[in-house]
Parts: sequence; C-alpha cells; structure tokens
Amino acid sequence: MTIFTEDQARAIVTKVVGLSKADDCSANLSGLVTGNARFALNNLTTSGIVENTSLEVEVAFGKRLGTATVNAFDDAALERTVRRAEELARLAPENPEYTPSLGPQTYLATQTFSAATAAITPAYRAQVAADSIAACKASDLTAAGFLEDAQGYEAFATRHGATGFQRSTVLDYSCTARTRDGHGSGWVTRNLQDSTGFSASAEVRAAIRKAMASTETKALEPGKYTVILEPAAVAGMLGPMTSVFDARRADEGRSFLSKKGGGNKVGDQIFGPQVTLYSDPAFPGAEVLPWDDDYRPRGRVTWVDGGKVTNLQYSAYWAQKQGKSPIARPGNLIMAGGDKSTADMVRGTERGILVTRLWYIRSVDPQTVLLTGLTRDGTFYIENGAIKYPIKNFRFNESPVIMLNNVEEIGRPVRLVGEGGGGGRRGGFFNIGSALGQEVTVAPALKVRDFTFTSLSDAI
Amino acid sequence: MHRRDFLAACGLTTGGMLLPSFTGRLVHAEELRSTMDVGLKKRLADAALNAATKAGATYCDVRIGRYLRQFIITREDYVQNVVNTESVGAGVRVIANGAWGFSATNDLTEENIARVAQLAVAIAQANSHNQTAPVQLAPVKGVGVVSWRTPIKKNAFDVPIKDKAEMLLQVNGAAIAAGANFVNSTLFTINEQKYFASTDGSYIDQDVFRLWAPMDVTCTDKATGKFRQRAGLGAPVGMGFEYLDGSPADKVTLPSGTIVYGKSYDMKEDAIAAAKQARAKLAAPSFKPGKYDLVLDPTNLYLTIHESVGHATELDRVMGYEADFAGTSFATLDKLANRFRYGSDVVNLVADKVQPGSLGAVAYDDEGVKTKRWDIVRDGVLVDLQAIRDQAHILGKTESDGCCYADSWSSVQFQRMANISLEPGKAKMSAADMIKDVENGVYIVGDGSYSIDQQRYNGQFGGQLFFEIKNGVVTRQVEDVAYQIRTPEFWNACVGVCDESDYRLGGTFFDGKGQPAQISSVSHGSSTARFNGINIINTARSLG
Repeated sequence: MTIFTEDQARAIVTKVVGLSKADDCSANLSGLVTGNARFALNNLTTSGIVENTSLEVEVAFGKRLGTATVNAFDDAALERTVRRAEELARLAPENPEYTPSLGPQTYLATQTFSAATAAITPAYRAQVAADSIAACKASDLTAAGFLEDAQGYEAFATRHGATGFQRSTVLDYSCTARTRDGHGSGWVTRNLQDSTGFSASAEVRAAIRKAMASTETKALEPGKYTVILEPAAVAGMLGPMTSVFDARRADEGRSFLSKKGGGNKVGDQIFGPQVTLYSDPAFPGAEVLPWDDDYRPRGRVTWVDGGKVTNLQYSAYWAQKQGKSPIARPGNLIMAGGDKSTADMVRGTERGILVTRLWYIRSVDPQTVLLTGLTRDGTFYIENGAIKYPIKNFRFNESPVIMLNNVEEIGRPVRLVGEGGGGGRRGGFFNIGSALGQEVTVAPALKVRDFTFTSLSDAI
Repeated sequence: MHRRDFLAACGLTTGGMLLPSFTGRLVHAEELRSTMDVGLKKRLADAALNAATKAGATYCDVRIGRYLRQFIITREDYVQNVVNTESVGAGVRVIANGAWGFSATNDLTEENIARVAQLAVAIAQANSHNQTAPVQLAPVKGVGVVSWRTPIKKNAFDVPIKDKAEMLLQVNGAAIAAGANFVNSTLFTINEQKYFASTDGSYIDQDVFRLWAPMDVTCTDKATGKFRQRAGLGAPVGMGFEYLDGSPADKVTLPSGTIVYGKSYDMKEDAIAAAKQARAKLAAPSFKPGKYDLVLDPTNLYLTIHESVGHATELDRVMGYEADFAGTSFATLDKLANRFRYGSDVVNLVADKVQPGSLGAVAYDDEGVKTKRWDIVRDGVLVDLQAIRDQAHILGKTESDGCCYADSWSSVQFQRMANISLEPGKAKMSAADMIKDVENGVYIVGDGSYSIDQQRYNGQFGGQLFFEIKNGVVTRQVEDVAYQIRTPEFWNACVGVCDESDYRLGGTFFDGKGQPAQISSVSHGSSTARFNGINIINTARSLG
C-alpha cells in the first residue's frame, strides 16, 4: 500500500477537487491492507496479504454524474482521472436522485484505530493458527479456522467544503473444532477493533468445550420453544433488520414498516417494551467512522425506543422529496442490553434450548421479514436451570419482528459482525473492508419464548 | 459506486449470493473491447516460469488475467449507475520442497514478474517447514500454444451503453405500464481474458464471456399494506448479447400458462408478465401446508441441484477444508466407496465444464487441465466427486476433473463447482404429460428463498410462482409456499424427469466459497422433474 500521512492524503484529495471544472466534485482516497491465515485439518492451509490503495473522483455537471478511479498519484495521473470522470459525466444520463456534495461539517471524534492491530505480522497470524490447532489437538479435536486483520484509512474532500481523514483497524477470528468421528462440533468467533489482549488459546476454549459437549445428541420434536440465543445468533437475526429502517422502502409500501393506507409506522409500537435499537458511532468497543458514504455526519440515532419506532433513515434525496431531514446511514446497530451472562440466563430457565449460532439465514418473506436458517455448532437442551444434553440441529422459520415481541430476558451486549449465511456473514459474505468502522452489530444474548423450529437437520 | 447503492439497486439485499468487490480500475467502455497482446503475455509467462524453476520450483504456473466487468443499473425510468471496471495482473503459483507458494502483482514487466515468481518460491519453501505431507499433483500433459473463446455471436461490450440502458428502460417501462409499482433491472456483462502457462509446457489463451440481466418487479396494495415481488425468469449465461434477442423459437409456454425461456430471453415480455403475476400474487390464496407431489420447473430445480448436489460433492468440503466456513458434506468418501444411493433410478447427475452456453464452460481450467464431462450420480448411485490436480490422488484418480478456478489474477485457484445438471429422462414426456398424473401437487416456477445446512442435508426452497395441481390439472395460483427437503430422501423421491425437449439451464452468477471469499459462476440444467410426498410449509405470518 502506498502509505500516505494525513497531510499527504488530505493534500491529494484537496488538489483533485481543485482540478475539476465540473459543477460538483468529491474525491476519496482510501487504502486497505488485509492479512489472513487459514487453517483446516489441523494444518495451516493458506496465508496472504492483499494491499489496495485507490483514489475515486466523482464529478457532476448538473445531475449528470461521472466517477473514475486510479491507483497512481502523480500530478499527471490525478489530472487524467479528473478529466476521465468529467468525460463520463458529460455522457451520462441525468440521475434524478443526485444531491450536491456537502459543505463544511463537524464530525464526532471516534476511536477506530488500534496500533496493536495495525502491527499484526505474518508470524502473529501463523501463531494464532498454531495456538488454535495445538489446543484442539490436545483435546483430540480437529481445528479449522480463519484469522483476518485489516488496517486502512480514508481521506476525502468535497467541492463545497466537507473534508476528513481517519484510520481504522479490525481483527476477525473464527475457529470450528470438530471431534474426529464428526459427531461433535463447536465454534467461536471474535471481532475486535483493538487486538490488544486477544488470545486465540483462550478464545478457542469455547469451541473446544462445545465440540466435546455436543457429541451424543438427542432429537427433539420441531415446534415452538423458549430459546436462549447467544449474541452471535441474535446478530444473525438482527442483520436483515438494518435495511428495514430505510424510510424510502417504508414510504413506498414495500416494507413491514409500511402502514395500511399509506405512510410508515414511525410512532407505532412494533416490538416488546424491552427492545431499544440505536446507532452510535462513538459506542465504546464498536466505534465506527463518524461519516457515511455521502460524508454526512453520523450521530446517535434511536430507531426503536421501548419497542416504538422513533426514526427511519432518510437519504438526502428521499428527505428532500418527503420534506424531512436527512439522517446519515448508520455504521453500527446496537441493541440495548442488561448485565446478565448467558450462564445466568440458563440458570433462570426451566425448559429451553441454548443456541450458539444460526447459519445460512435467508429471507423467506420480506413482507413479514420472515427468515429461515439453521442452528449450528452447539445446540443444547436446558432443564431446571442447567444444560441437560446436546440436541440435533433445527431449521427455524421465524421473523425478528415476532422474536422482538417475545423477548423475556436480555443479556450483556457484545460486538459482532452479523452472522449471515451459507456464503458467509452479513447477508452473503463477510467483507473485512466493510468492517473497518462501517458495519458492526452490538448484540446481547436473548431469551425468547415461542421461537419456531420447523424441522430437524442431521448436519453436525 | 457505493456498495450499498449497488445492493439496493439490484434488489439483492435479501439474496444470498456473494457480490463482487469493486476493486477494479474504472475505465472507458471502449477499453472493454480490446485484448492484451498474446506475444507479450507469453514473454511475461516465460520470465516467471524460468525464474521460478531457477529458484528451485519443481512446478510453476502463471495466470495473466484481464478481468472486465460492466454493470448497468436502472430503476423505473432512469439509470442509477453505469460501472466499467478493469483488473489486470498476474498470479504465480509454484511447488517448492513439496509445498505450494503463491504471489501476485499488477506490475506486468518481465523483471517484476520474475521477482514475484521468486517470492512465490520463497513462500513455498517457508510453508514447507510446517507441511505434513508433500503436494501430490495429478499429471497433465502440456498442450503447447492453444486458444479458446466462448462461442458468442454478439459481444455485449460492442453494444453501445446507450442502447443497453435504453433496452433496460424499455423493460422497466413495460412493467410499469402493465401495473407494476416498482421495477429494478440490471445488466451485468463480464469478460475474463485469461492466459495460463505452466512448466508442463502449456500456453493457453482463453477469452471467456458471461452475461446476466436480472430484474425485480414489485406490486403494492396501499389499502392492505401488502407487497409482492416477481423476479425475472431469465438465466445468467455463458453467452453474448444474443441471449437477449428473445427469439420466439426459444419460448416455452408451461402448463400454468407461464412463459419461460431457453437459449434466448425476451426480457420485455417477461417484465410485462412479471407485473401481472406480482399483482396476482397479492390476491392469490395462501396454500395449506402438508405433503404434496412437487413438479419443479428447471427455473426452480437448478438452485436445489446447486445446493444439494453441487456443493455436497466438492472434494475439499468432503475432506474438511471448508469446515469453518461453508461446512463439510454428508457425501463422505465411505459413501462413495459403498455406492451410496443418492437418488432414485431415474436420477442421473453429471458434472460438465464444456456445455455450450453454460456459465462454467471453458476449454481448460485454471490449472491448465482440459475440461470434460463426468458422472456424479448414475442411476441414483453416487459414483464420483469433484477433484482438482492436488486432490485427484485422494480418490485414486490419475487425472484432475478440470474444475479449478480463481476469480482474479490475485486469487489462488482452488476447487470450484462444475456445472452440475440433471440428465433429461429418456422416455418422451412433457411437463403437461407429467402433471396429468399428479393428483395432489404443487407446480413451482422460478427460484426464491434458499437455505441449506452445513452438511447439505436439510434444505428449504421457495420459488417465484406456485400453482396448485388437483387431479392432473393446474387449478390456481397460490402463495406462501416453501418446500423442505432432506437431500437423499428428496432425490430418492424423484419419480420422473421430462425429456430432452424440456431441458433448460439455470445458474448462479455470484456463487461464494473460501476464505477470503471468491466468486464463481455456474449453470445447472434440468428438465421438469417430479418429487413425490415432499413437505410443504406455509410461510405466511401475522404480525398482529
């Protein structure tokens, strides 16, 4: 990666904006270095480093937009890129959704960078793999896992005066421990902005414990059960909700937040009174960039307060059309929680099912936000306040809207990236670039009544 | 463009496909029509091969790639974005001391590519210290200098952007005129110019084209607050712009009255039908759950094949290499050895990397292996899996199956799913013939929601259009249907497959696998097939 200092990066984007003769211009310089180590069958299988630095220039003549990118930064390259964007804009059809770039803004200070994470080396990654493998081997288990870390920066400037620079880091670790006979499987994940104190040897214990405890499963009948969803499972159910708070979809009549007869459900009680959902770019441990894709300042926004919808997200275009104020697209989603640990919640449960994670989550009906997916890597029956025995995995068909109306207890929230599906996390795949201060969920464990399991799965 | 705009524009926010990253350089549309000089590519490749060999590699392959993508994204009466990207570079893979090493660069000079080849050797040597067993590579005979191009008739990159955008806007206009409230349509065109060279003595130049024109049509009912969507019934294809000609000869009218498409697609006609059918979905009765005989059109069955057979028979999954991510597979080596009954006698599933018009068709895979067609399930019995060069020995094979792929010059090639298809039935049978014998069933057209567990046992699939079948007759359109399967039981419940005249390809354009994730495109063909006694659930919920 071409390493630029803050001054150099700011100078480049400012220069680019000055070069453009178009009505509007914004420039974004971003750099990303990701490192990874993958292991399976108790061996390190692949490791690598990918670097990418890119300058994106967006210009507008009236409502005609053009964008060009480049990864060379001498004056001639910058000039060429601006001219190319201008050429494309002149040829482009008008985009009625265009809104001018923002003027000077005040952004919150958010701590998204960790020197420790940025200093991760190939040897560190290999050691994470080795530690995970050694712990699993010692318990006669087979380890497969992945460590990915990233550091990056973003600098921008607009014709009308908005400007910013910030560095970010992230580390994402997961490990699956399986018994040799394939009858038991456990999993752990950890997503951190600051790797200080991260210990794969410590984290992997949870996967090992679950693998060893989940070998002799019994089959329960599918049906409605009280469940304790661990935070990873809750994040999976909340993931699809992030797009639900889009005002435009609600106003257009194609969201569960659309009202019969037109309009949206702002002000309506849609979830149980314990449920509060909000976004806050400065939330400790889940801090994100203080601006969104349009460089609009992010602040704390409460979407649902005590189960009542309080805000929807308005893009600049839609806000203008509806006579509302725009709200920046949030970078995180936080569900307010309590102090109870999952173990505390198990102790207080007469009969129920403990779910480690949910897998291959897909939308079934956008009208009701009905989702389907499966439990995976540690599903247990709870009786009289204790884990009684491991059970076979279930397929669920449940809507987070119904789930958030059936909440009985809320645990302590933790930072996660949403668990998504067969192809990966967060609606298809986990993009570490997106996790650089962009898309973080803070989810508690939840005890929920009447969670709907529709069939059994033989998968382990 | 912003990733969120792309997701929203394409209506993909609820889909499960893996999206491409936009790391390519944005370029003029004109630049998408050119190709790199093959002489230059050979000189670069030789520089890498020589440097790697000199540095101690016992094997080396070089992939010099130019990956071009164009996305035209529209909604209703305007174009939201046009994106042209180009990504050029070279990846060098070597074996040294019995271990793999890989390195890649976008700086294409002979000097630099030689340096990158040396780096790959150094990485292999470092990796070899922790390697428990040396790489065993199935042999490949060098093919010398050869070339291949997807047999397209009309290069989509030659069609002016204005004309393509206008075509999409006409599609949108037709849907709105037919009663739709919203419509999103997109045209994806991809060209992979891939040059492969190896120390086996191959210099393979391939020019691969793919195209996809998805759309989503939405109807709302303000009074009830309900909305319904109908996605397009076209398929992503390994073809040129000719796929969008919509030739009348390629249209098929199903027993439900639905029009579906074969080798070409009439997108505008489908948009009009989509608007009417989305409106009809708003009023269609909710279906009673229970056991039914399912009749699945190829537009639906392709995705069930993909999930329950395609991924389940990837050897790396079977072995445990994907255990932390997508999972393992129920189709284990002992099941293969014991001739596991995957399906009924009429079930024949073939892997195919050569089928014309398919997304997976190439002449050579990304490790220089000549592609082929091979059996996975024959007469219901599991007979083979999908393996690449360093896996072939696990199955006792002496050659790779030729299904190795990397989504970029900068990604390491690995095993990816071939086109996996259900062979048509031998006896003459149309969908109408098949439905005549169904007493109590559901006929499903188009792909919908899909989810399957990490060993590919328990799957749940929706669709676009559902029709009730009573006593051999398609009676009415119904809603809120999803079918749940246990893979071996599902395929063993297959009692009939229509003949070749009904055979059509479906496919997935952005299939994801691996960590870091890579995308791939793959087709799945079938004729209409019948599955008896399948569990149907009702997906309607009341939010109070």
